[in-house]
Amino acid sequence: MSNTNELPFDELSFEAAYTELQAVIEKLESGELSLDESVNLYERGRLLSLHCQSLLDNAELRIKQVNQDGSLSD
Amino acid sequence: MSDIFSVEGINAYIRNLLEHDAPLQDIWVRGEVSNMKRAASGHWYFTIKDSRSQLKCVMFRSHAERQHIQPNDGEAVRVHGKISVYEQRGEYQLYADELQLAGGIGDLYQRFEAVKRQLEAEGLFDRERKRPLPEFPLRIGVVTSPDAAAFRDIQNVLTRRFPLATVILSPTLVQGNDAPTSIIKAIQRLNQFQAADVMLISRGGGSIEDLWAFNDEQVARTIAMSVIPTVSGVGHETDFTIADFIADVRAPTPSAAAELATPNIADLKIDIDYLAGELSNQLKKSFADKTALLENANQTLRHTSPERTLHEYRQRIDDISERIGNQQGRFLSLLRERLAGQMKALHAANPDALLQRGYAIVTSSDDGKIITDVADAPTGTRLTIRLKSGELKARTEDAQSHEQYKRTPF
Repeated sequence: MSNTNELPFDELSFEAAYTELQAVIEKLESGELSLDESVNLYERGRLLSLHCQSLLDNAELRIKQVNQDGSLSD
Repeated sequence: MSDIFSVEGINAYIRNLLEHDAPLQDIWVRGEVSNMKRAASGHWYFTIKDSRSQLKCVMFRSHAERQHIQPNDGEAVRVHGKISVYEQRGEYQLYADELQLAGGIGDLYQRFEAVKRQLEAEGLFDRERKRPLPEFPLRIGVVTSPDAAAFRDIQNVLTRRFPLATVILSPTLVQGNDAPTSIIKAIQRLNQFQAADVMLISRGGGSIEDLWAFNDEQVARTIAMSVIPTVSGVGHETDFTIADFIADVRAPTPSAAAELATPNIADLKIDIDYLAGELSNQLKKSFADKTALLENANQTLRHTSPERTLHEYRQRIDDISERIGNQQGRFLSLLRERLAGQMKALHAANPDALLQRGYAIVTSSDDGKIITDVADAPTGTRLTIRLKSGELKARTEDAQSHEQYKRTPF
């Protein structure tokens, strides 16, 4: 159960990070992990929660318009 | 003597006169429809009248196509247009460009009900058709007029509630004859390019006529076909449009539509805090669980230690020894006797013991098989005879079976 292949955090969407955070907690709750795995998961979860908070803190609504050809303009 | 006009001349003169009268060029007339004719060309010819008078009307195809309603004889209408002259016939008439049912709300209400009944009968309002909205809609499509207050309301709500999102405006007219077509295109555009995760279909408050485009049957069908989940927010809380019935979620206002479509960032922050706390708790619990497991294992280990078992056995033996007391000796000697008997029997069965007693074991020297039948050792067979002290090599000279002994008297 390695987390090294996960997306770098700055490319992780809020939804993806949030969903993974919930999954991490569920896994920890299952109590079927070695101590090592628990500590690794905890660390992953901590980074995910910080990422979520930072996304929420820095969010700014963007407005675009969809054109006839499907392109988006500001 | 005044000038003499030609017919054509006087008609042109009158036409010119009428067309330079401003009020006549932008006029509403109300009356009852009669002699309604829809020509193959697409033009409408009809008369509007009241109890005392009548007025010829024509609506050309370009305008007729855009009307919400198909007027029928006897219906009360309001017609907008300009008065001019049809010179070939010398008739003045109303060149109409817009037609409304004068019954107003009453008639509109009937049409609203008719469309509603139809779509309902087709199952388009069924609860099972309603789809859930995405939890985190990062692209929020908005079908509305960019200039309207409704759009600003939506932006304000989204800025406050879910600024993670990007608003994807699909601009449209929201009132007038062209509005339904425009709304349909705006909805289709978002769908065609999969440009949004959820779609708000919105317009601010207005009269029932203003909101009418959202009661349009084709608009409703387009909403029903949308792949992107839809939220309607048209007019005020008390306004119900067909779009409201057909959308996946009905919101009472444009602002409410934006709220219903998004999570609240304040809640999300609290949620993330809670999850972070939960994370720590779970790690602590993991440690506690492992510690408890270890403690448990230690206890089990102490419980099952051989030292303890030995101790227990020793005690039990002591107990038993005491209890059997005198009987023990008798029991043991009985056992010893039985053992001696069994040893003896064993001893007797031992071939070495047999050899001791003078018996011999004869085997074939060729294959080592024990010979018990004279037939197995015809004359000349090489034999090995095992005795107590060693082996003899021998050869058969003669073989006689028991049967022969029996027949031969000794």
